Amino acid sequence: MTAILNQATLLFPSKSSNESFARATAACFAAQLDPTLEELGDIKTAVSEAVTNAIVHAYPRELGVVTLRLRILEGGVFEVSVKDKGVGIPDVERARQPLYTTGDDSRSGMGFTIMESFMDWVRVRSLPGKGTTVTLRKRITPRMGGAR
Amino acid sequence: MPIRLVQEKNDLTVYLQGEIDHHGARGMMLALDREVSARDPRELTVDMREVGFMDSSGIAVLLRCWRRQEETGGTMRVRNVPAQARRVFTAAGLEKIIPMDD
Ligand SMILES: Nc1ncnc2c1ncn2[C@@H]1O[C@H](COP(=O)(O)OP(=O)(O)OP(=O)(O)O)[C@@H](O)[C@H]1O
Ligand SMILES: [Mg+2]
Repeated sequence: MTAILNQATLLFPSKSSNESFARATAACFAAQLDPTLEELGDIKTAVSEAVTNAIVHAYPRELGVVTLRLRILEGGVFEVSVKDKGVGIPDVERARQPLYTTGDDSRSGMGFTIMESFMDWVRVRSLPGKGTTVTLRKRITPRMGGAR
Repeated sequence: MPIRLVQEKNDLTVYLQGEIDHHGARGMMLALDREVSARDPRELTVDMREVGFMDSSGIAVLLRCWRRQEETGGTMRVRNVPAQARRVFTAAGLEKIIPMDD
């Protein structure tokens, strides 16, 4: 078991105006690991993808609750999990393929591909009718003190 | 409007502005559809210097512009892409489809 050094949890309704709030909050929390601007950008982007999926796909018709759990793990690892109680994903392996989308022409089917290329570890747990939890981890490379 | 336009003869430059996510992309797409169609440019340049953040929603926005230009026999290129947006384009392989200046 990896020790959890810090943790924060945030619940919000699946309104699209919360997308920028969620990624900014995740970046603020990750800041305690002293990430580079590039690492922060990667975290913001990956969180934006996971949260947008919960807002767009999990609750297509009504508003639902999205839970964002942020953690700092031993070894300088940032972890974020995005959980919904929406429609779920029938075939996760297929959903993770590049260009696969069930969305309209404002979606490109690249969300999971972006999460995978920007984070070190991506886990998707989903049950149709129950919901989906996406957990992402990124190790933040330690920097020498003062060498900003 | 989340875009700013500069027209020179048959060519159009569009400056995208702000954060391009799912929340903002719809309005940006509508504005682009309207303004680009009205001007029907031969060469469309999309300038991204004023974009503070972009996720996969921006890919769909740019692909829509690119498809429109293909269909009408025009061209499109993208310039001044900030580092964060550039990483998204690279991960999605978009540079292989739409020409991007360094
Ligand atoms: N939280 C979720 N609940 C239900 N379905 C989901 C969820 N997340 C993803 N999916 C399914 O997985 C597919 C792929 O997701 P992905 O993020 O890769 O692409 P997209 O959201 O369709 O497009 P993009 O992210 O490029 O805008 C979605 O189209 C949807 O069918
Ligand atoms: Mg997505």
